[in-house]
Amino acid sequence: MALIITEEQKMLKDSATELLSAKAPISQMRELRDSQYTPFDKELWEEMIAMGWTALTVPERYNGLDFGFVGLGQILEETGRNLSKSPLISSILLGASALRLSDNEALKVKLFPGIMEGTSQLTLAIQEGKHHQTSVFNTQAILKGDKYVINGSKTMVIDGTTANLLIVVCLVDENYSLFIVDAKSSGIIVSKKILMDSGSYADIIFKNVEVSVENQLNIKFEGRLFLDQLMTISYSGISAELLGICKQAFDITIQYLKERQQFGVIIGTYQALQHRAVILFSEIELCKSIVLKALQAIDENDTSALKYAHLAKAKLCKTAKLVTNEAIQLHGGIGVTDDADIGFYLKRARVAQQLFGDYNYHLDQLAKIKGY
Amino acid sequence: METKISVSLSDFRTETRAWLETNCPESMRQPVKDPFDLFWGGRNAKFNSEDQRLWFERMLEKKWVVPYWETKYGGGGLTSDENNILTQEMTRLGCRKPLYSFGISMLGPALLNFASEDQKLHYLPQIVEGKIWWCQGYSEPNAGSDLASLQTKAVDMGDHYEITGSKVWTSYADKSDWIFCLVRTDFKATKHNGISFILIDMASKGVTTRPIKLISGKSPFCETFFDSVKVPKENLIGNLNEGWTIAKYLLTHERQMIGGIGETDVKKEVHTTALEKLSLNSSGAISDGVLRNQISDFEMDEEIFDLTIQRVTDEAKTGNNSGALSSFFKFYGTELNIARHELLMAIGGSEALFWGENEKKDGDLARKFCRSKGNSIEGGTSEIQLNIISKLILGLPTK
Repeated sequence: MALIITEEQKMLKDSATELLSAKAPISQMRELRDSQYTPFDKELWEEMIAMGWTALTVPERYNGLDFGFVGLGQILEETGRNLSKSPLISSILLGASALRLSDNEALKVKLFPGIMEGTSQLTLAIQEGKHHQTSVFNTQAILKGDKYVINGSKTMVIDGTTANLLIVVCLVDENYSLFIVDAKSSGIIVSKKILMDSGSYADIIFKNVEVSVENQLNIKFEGRLFLDQLMTISYSGISAELLGICKQAFDITIQYLKERQQFGVIIGTYQALQHRAVILFSEIELCKSIVLKALQAIDENDTSALKYAHLAKAKLCKTAKLVTNEAIQLHGGIGVTDDADIGFYLKRARVAQQLFGDYNYHLDQLAKIKGY
Repeated sequence: METKISVSLSDFRTETRAWLETNCPESMRQPVKDPFDLFWGGRNAKFNSEDQRLWFERMLEKKWVVPYWETKYGGGGLTSDENNILTQEMTRLGCRKPLYSFGISMLGPALLNFASEDQKLHYLPQIVEGKIWWCQGYSEPNAGSDLASLQTKAVDMGDHYEITGSKVWTSYADKSDWIFCLVRTDFKATKHNGISFILIDMASKGVTTRPIKLISGKSPFCETFFDSVKVPKENLIGNLNEGWTIAKYLLTHERQMIGGIGETDVKKEVHTTALEKLSLNSSGAISDGVLRNQISDFEMDEEIFDLTIQRVTDEAKTGNNSGALSSFFKFYGTELNIARHELLMAIGGSEALFWGENEKKDGDLARKFCRSKGNSIEGGTSEIQLNIISKLILGLPTK
């Protein structure tokens, strides 16, 4: 398959560019922050729903568009460019994907309509320590009669304060299992945390939280495989957002180099700065390739999809760090002021780098996959 | 319609695979350790082995030495899809190129774009048949990165040109039969507008060569001197004083080659070497954690760079292409190759330092490491590539 996007995917990307640059530019993100860190603009979310973005990866069988993850990736790239805030990552990239992978048919029939209409908002509660990993979990679900009882705690739950349904990764005996839990269930304590990207995250404690056996997402589907496939989607999707962040931080910086004058000349004429700019350009060229490959691999059920997802997240974490750091330095003094937008890219990049594993984590996983 | 095309392509693949399996001798499917494992052709052509002769002659008869050129020029007339399949199948089986030639990779594309029909019909089939070993005369002692300031002059003597000057970094000039050369034909014009592209028989009176010994101990390059060399006027390619256009075109082409585009040799993965040579911990991971990270980081970039070649090639097919991207490939590809050799040296430790006394047989690793240092200099330095990208792609202003 050619490593390019199709006409239809290009049209979707263009429509996302249009909507987000008009309705959710970076100035809106700044306003939300300055209004007590409002998580997202509800009107914008309604527009996204009207555009069909919440149905994009839902199978046709459940009245979704089944447009694929390359499509969702194009939108996430544009949200990265504009730093647009919405529950797209929590409810669609994570939530809808977990449901899509699930083999619990009744749950799918029940929940997909609400997710697509936006009446339900999902999120994923997986991380427990300071760093992402997918092998050791302390949150346990124990079967008692026709209910599971969950005990444990989760952190870095994206939009954990606004989501009404939590997908909780638990240990059941020795295996991994995912449960849909009502955020209002008794025994759940949600603490809101604002991170440096001005986003709302949550630490959640589960104390004897009862959940029906019918809410188990994986019935026969092996938990390890389920998690790997869900993580493949998560890594690739966050990488797509990071790509947009890199591209826009780069574009803003190049524009600045073409305008700013010192010593009576435009600073972009200096070779010392030109060469630094080209290094960023080159790394972003590589990023474009691996993000598209990782997204295509999901849509094609490529057996190497997880490897491509690790490659994507490793490369995008490394490049996002480089590009946002250089963007600030190339801006000079204005770059470290709150008046300039470029600092928002640094701050969102750092959060997205940590979400679902940083460069170190993914590099280590790649070496393990290759057997060294 | 589309199904029909893909069916015939799939037939082509099946036939190609079968033909290669039958006709490519086993020894011609082994990795190339040294450029001279390949057949270079030329007036004094010698085959290293009977298998090498067989392989070249079979491919020549099949018209697959240059499969993508038109048949009237000795090519195989394959479509780009068919050619891709042939390349893939050759890579899959590990088939060596039947002929290694700057005539195919460098001069041929220039002739196809700029030469007269008579010149094409004369030179291209000779390239395919491996009759001429070509070398390139671009750089001069005082024209390196600033190539357009070259001073080798060609004076119009009425019925011929008289060429005087010197070239440097001419690959294997001491073994070559002909040279394609940039010469100054107008000293009054601005530096880019007085250059012409000409072909010179190295057997002409007044041509001498001297090998340059590199830090690797080997001599793949020469200095080449021209002392009042007579060259027929019909050897001029393209228009007089418009040679810079051809030079730029060829440099783009050269960059892609050095950057690794279209390479069929399968490179051994660095971690495979590391697993053979390094101590491992109880879970089978490389004990040296720092080196393990460096290898993983390198292989990340290497794999994604290959994907980038694929992406840009696919984009080019839809008409979205910037020629300046070849500068990116040259820059990034050579830096990767240099990083690869640094890693191989780190993995080898003191063993990798072995140099020995016979430069043909000894110290392969250390010598290749030294040779790789030239990669970011030859064909335009990394810094020149960054200048080109800055100007042509990023649109940053020049003073």
